Amino acid sequence: MEVMEVFLQQLINGVSLGSIYALIALGYTMVYGIVQLINFAHGDVYMVGAYLGFFATAILGWSFLPALLMSMFVCACLGVTIEKLAYKPLRMAPRIAALITAIGVSLFLGYGMMLLVGPQVRTFPQVLTEVQWKLFGSITVTNRQVIILVVTIALMLLLQYIVHKTMIGKAMRAVSHDKQAAQLMGINVNNTISATFAIGSSLAAAAGVLVGIYYNAINPLMGIMPGLKAFVAAVLGGIGIIPGAMTGGFLLGIVEAMVSGYGKSLYRDPVAFIILIIILIVKPAGLFGKNIREKV
Amino acid sequence: MLKVDDIHVYYGAIHAIKGISLEVPQGKIVTLIGANGAGKTTTLNTICGLIKPKTGKVYFEDKDITGVATQEIVKRGLTQVPEGRRIFANMPIYENLELGAYLKKDKKEVAESMERVYKRFPRLLERKNQLAGSLSGGEQQMLAMGRALMSKPRLLLLDEPSMGLSPILVKEIFSIIKELNEQGTTILLVEQNAKMALSIAHKAM
Ligand SMILES: Nc1ncnc2c1ncn2[C@@H]1O[C@H](COP(=O)(O)OP(=O)(O)OP(=O)(O)O)[C@@H](O)[C@H]1O
Ligand SMILES: [Mg+2]
Repeated sequence: MEVMEVFLQQLINGVSLGSIYALIALGYTMVYGIVQLINFAHGDVYMVGAYLGFFATAILGWSFLPALLMSMFVCACLGVTIEKLAYKPLRMAPRIAALITAIGVSLFLGYGMMLLVGPQVRTFPQVLTEVQWKLFGSITVTNRQVIILVVTIALMLLLQYIVHKTMIGKAMRAVSHDKQAAQLMGINVNNTISATFAIGSSLAAAAGVLVGIYYNAINPLMGIMPGLKAFVAAVLGGIGIIPGAMTGGFLLGIVEAMVSGYGKSLYRDPVAFIILIIILIVKPAGLFGKNIREKV
Repeated sequence: MLKVDDIHVYYGAIHAIKGISLEVPQGKIVTLIGANGAGKTTTLNTICGLIKPKTGKVYFEDKDITGVATQEIVKRGLTQVPEGRRIFANMPIYENLELGAYLKKDKKEVAESMERVYKRFPRLLERKNQLAGSLSGGEQQMLAMGRALMSKPRLLLLDEPSMGLSPILVKEIFSIIKELNEQGTTILLVEQNAKMALSIAHKAM
């Protein structure tokens, strides 16, 4: 293949991978924005989402869309429960306590799932028969890639609508800016935080289901690496900033695909973390961040 | 209308308020004056339910509101314009005002309240799509007051509204406070600017 063709093909692949990272990164960034917590259990919520999608399609025989919606709904409840049980009691505690708890919740979900369904890799059923389209030259795009992108963009538009146009979205922004002032408006801070966890977790669940139909294989520890990568994506865009997480996710996906495409797939994972280190050194606030962002 | 009965408030081990009692009669302006660190802000925050007192009671319109959640207290018609304004700087002015009416579900009522606020503070209307953080100090104070008025409070707590403002603006803010009071809002005012505050107050503590 010519260099240009490799580039375009990997760009297409990278957009699919980046959609997944972006959806997960949104939850990281929204939760950080509102409670200043890096929710390390977030990648495992994505894993649970993938298993719910598997359960619905492989065992119940549902089609793609109902499976997606069910998984998003159940994970929204899971996210709210995690926050109430694990993080809320620590809201006044030093940040490190909540961070360690988040790692604990992550391990609990990952290994709890392993106990429940076994450690083996599961193969997602072919909910969507793959159709491949030739664009030009040797460049192809599949119906699954198109669906990933369409679902991701639809969810992002919906999220932007919620955050900017609805009262709960305005409340979320108010609480993330100043909790006490938000309370004086009559905003229920606890409910608003719950809503944020619900939305973030349902986006992660969507990513889990999409990954299931794209790569076909899921396992109980599948959340760890994409979770970390999505965290890198959120930091890359500027943690706490929603458009930053979207951009960071797509950028990271595309960079990874390029690295693999030019024959260095072994370097795929290190590249993500090298990006993290470079960002932390050069622009710690991220691409979209202002350089003074430590909030009260 | 408001009665604070011997409250003691702690921040961890710090005993910030050692027994404060006060009363605000309906329709009046009452001023609370005290040195820096005396606990004025803490008192207002305790009334609003942002902090819970260790002992003592707060009554609003003869009902015990000690330990009641802030959103519930706001719903009952008591709100505060906090010290340092605390506007939502990264949101436009009109969104700040919308948030002030967060508990009002009737869209028409909210639109009317907003019109009233814009009428009282025309400068906010001119800049309604501008980010609140870009306003001058005086305009920010007006926004903070307008935002609080959106919930149509019967009792309004104001924490140092004149802080950092030029004498002309201070005069303007105080005349607005007086006007609000004449139109039926009861006011509890915390001030360092004792002279100005006493000139409009019915009662000082
Ligand atoms: N969040 C807090 N944590 C610990 N101590 C606090 C906190 N807030 C206030 N304090 C302490 O409580 C006391 C009362 O503070 P408060 O802010 O109520 O005083 P104030 O009368 O409003 O002062 P000022 O005129 O400077 O605004 C002070 O000694 C202050 O240091
Ligand atoms: Mg004070």
